[in-house]
Amino acid sequence: MNTTDHAQDGSADEVAGIVLDQFERLLAQHLSPHVLAACDGAVGGAAWPADLWRALADSGLPLALVPEAADGIGLEASTAARLIRRCGQAALPLPLPETIVGAALWAAAGGGALDGALTLVPAGSPVRITQRADGFVLDGRTAQVPWGGSVAVLLVDAIDAAGVRHLVRIRAPGTVRDTRHNLAGEPRDALDLTGCAVAAADVRTVPDWIVEGGVGSVAAAGAFARAQQMVGAMETCLASALDHVRERQQFGRPLAKFQAIQHMLAEAAGHVAAATASADLAAACWGDPRFVLATAIAKARCGEAAGHVAEICHQLHGAMGFTQEHPLHRATRRLWSWRDEFGSDALWQEWIGRAVCAGGGAALWPMLVRLRAGAG
Amino acid sequence: MQSFRFSAEKLPAEAEAARAAVRAFLDSEVEAARFVPHRTSWTTFDAAFSRRAGAAGFIGLTMPEAYGGHACSGLVRFVVTEEMLAAGAPCGAHWIADRQSGPQILRHGTESAKRAILPRICRGECAFGIGMSEPNSGSDLAAVRTRAVRDGDDWVINGSKIWTTNAHQVDYLLALVRTGEPGPDRHGGLTQFIIDMAAPGVTVRPILDLSGHHEFNEVFFTDYRVPDAMMVGVEGAGWELVTEELAFERSGPDRFLSDYRLLVELVDRIGPEPDRFQAVETGRMVAQLTALLGMSASVARLLDQGIVPGVEAALVKDVGNSFERAVPEIARRLVPVEPSLTAQGEAFREALGGVTLRAPSFTLRGGTREVLRGVIARGLGLR
Repeated sequence: MNTTDHAQDGSADEVAGIVLDQFERLLAQHLSPHVLAACDGAVGGAAWPADLWRALADSGLPLALVPEAADGIGLEASTAARLIRRCGQAALPLPLPETIVGAALWAAAGGGALDGALTLVPAGSPVRITQRADGFVLDGRTAQVPWGGSVAVLLVDAIDAAGVRHLVRIRAPGTVRDTRHNLAGEPRDALDLTGCAVAAADVRTVPDWIVEGGVGSVAAAGAFARAQQMVGAMETCLASALDHVRERQQFGRPLAKFQAIQHMLAEAAGHVAAATASADLAAACWGDPRFVLATAIAKARCGEAAGHVAEICHQLHGAMGFTQEHPLHRATRRLWSWRDEFGSDALWQEWIGRAVCAGGGAALWPMLVRLRAGAG
Repeated sequence: MQSFRFSAEKLPAEAEAARAAVRAFLDSEVEAARFVPHRTSWTTFDAAFSRRAGAAGFIGLTMPEAYGGHACSGLVRFVVTEEMLAAGAPCGAHWIADRQSGPQILRHGTESAKRAILPRICRGECAFGIGMSEPNSGSDLAAVRTRAVRDGDDWVINGSKIWTTNAHQVDYLLALVRTGEPGPDRHGGLTQFIIDMAAPGVTVRPILDLSGHHEFNEVFFTDYRVPDAMMVGVEGAGWELVTEELAFERSGPDRFLSDYRLLVELVDRIGPEPDRFQAVETGRMVAQLTALLGMSASVARLLDQGIVPGVEAALVKDVGNSFERAVPEIARRLVPVEPSLTAQGEAFREALGGVTLRAPSFTLRGGTREVLRGVIARGLGLR
């Protein structure tokens, strides 16, 4: 690495530090336990924390991963990933992760500037797109769209009659058929896109680097975001468990002093560390042709870790952690939801496994090397 | 907030250049049928292979040129190491010397020991064994009782070491022995010595492992004389030295690639059209392995910068061993065969048989899973 690179790193680190600090201040100012409860659909909450979203939007954070040339902040993907992890740690009840990756995907597709909160439409039943004289029209029903009824913009992968995928921006979302929630009480809405008209400027070619093996670009971007969020939520679980076992006394000493407890935490820490490493790799591959494979690996590894970490940390918290009064559930209910959103770990494992088997044993090692090599 | 940072920076160009070179060397070895990948692993002792690897410049990569090394970064060594492992190369005659004994002598040995031993290690002509465990001191290393007593410019050693891999074939042991009282923390009074296995006063008793294979030994010292110059570090500093040695020992890719060739044979045996169960489980293993490679390279990068990331290093071994321990158990469920060491060249069955018999050692050697979890717990602030 030469000195110029160092200088660039230095300024990139500086910007990253400023942005992360700013995010901390906004969270401290706006994200109280009261707000979290008011947004939790599992206990009847239905709030959209408008003040918090406005503050986030004013700060430019939703455009963290959009290049400066496209009027974004132009953060390194590794830094944007840290922002998304922080969302996961804090159980932020807003689609900021979706907006960060969606806006960057739209910019990468050469789309124009985006305004407002954005969501990613998961690949469920396919959305069809047909060209008309005055633009395009969509056809399809979607389910489990994060905050689908509250956002200004939806991004969806739509397939035309020739089977070609297009990245489509929807600025006038269709009818909300139904409002439901995931296990964490986050809105997951069903939308009817039938007859939804979109202008030519809202239909883009999917960038090359995010097309692989039948995976849609929006699904890959969503899986990337959820993997990073899971790392954050697992960090919260682990930190909470560490605090709890140091404070909680049983049989005359802190739980932390029991070897059985220590080994449980060591095992949880191993899962968090491996999940972190896989999510770091995916972030390092943002924008290059390894992205889909690296994201598949991250979603698979983080999803597998999520179940173990949630189980171990609940066991360590005892009955206290099984209540609404203790905040552990904000992290664990999200882990149980996020691991299955945008493709469960099993689905991504299957996708990876099919690719590996198709390539044969001799091709596996070169693949593992290429994933870590310096294309980024 | 407890978080782990595993930098995903790309490897330097010199490391990728070394990768091409070591691959060419390994390809030529396999082509010449000098080893059969699914039958060997990094513990397989093959002195001729190690001499060829040394001659080709793949041993002592981080050693200074003055001692016959190649003065490369730890990341170059990391790449060469993982390529050796991925190829299933028989590295047992140089692995320990290259991984830990050589670097330990370089950091703490006397000048005469460095000059006498390091160039031979770099040439792949000098094998080392680890002299830590004793019959009554396994995981509890501080309970070492083998004793060295000063006599003029020499030390006289009496006692024994056990589980000493390849003691019957190595040139030296790097042994931890008692030279003083343990003190209140039990960590005092220990010193490391280089033991010349050809000198009088050392005898070796073979211990066959569960498969009937001879790698283990018990080593007895009877009035064995070792000169002062073969002491490593200062008298009584042995505990700190082995702790450092273990940090280097525990975070490498040998902690999760011991049975990589079984994974390769499994993929080939499944073929290009896996059923869903086979695809899911193969994908799960590959995702786990990718994460481990990232963790291990990241620790290598930190070690290279002089940082010893204790918890992350211990995590690599614990997570890594659990992975390599699970591979044969998963493989046997994906392809129903009867494992055998004599399957007449049926590679998957032979690989599965060999790994099944070796796998219990994965979570024992270099610190048991239970010891490692204690190290991690200490790093998490629980002890």
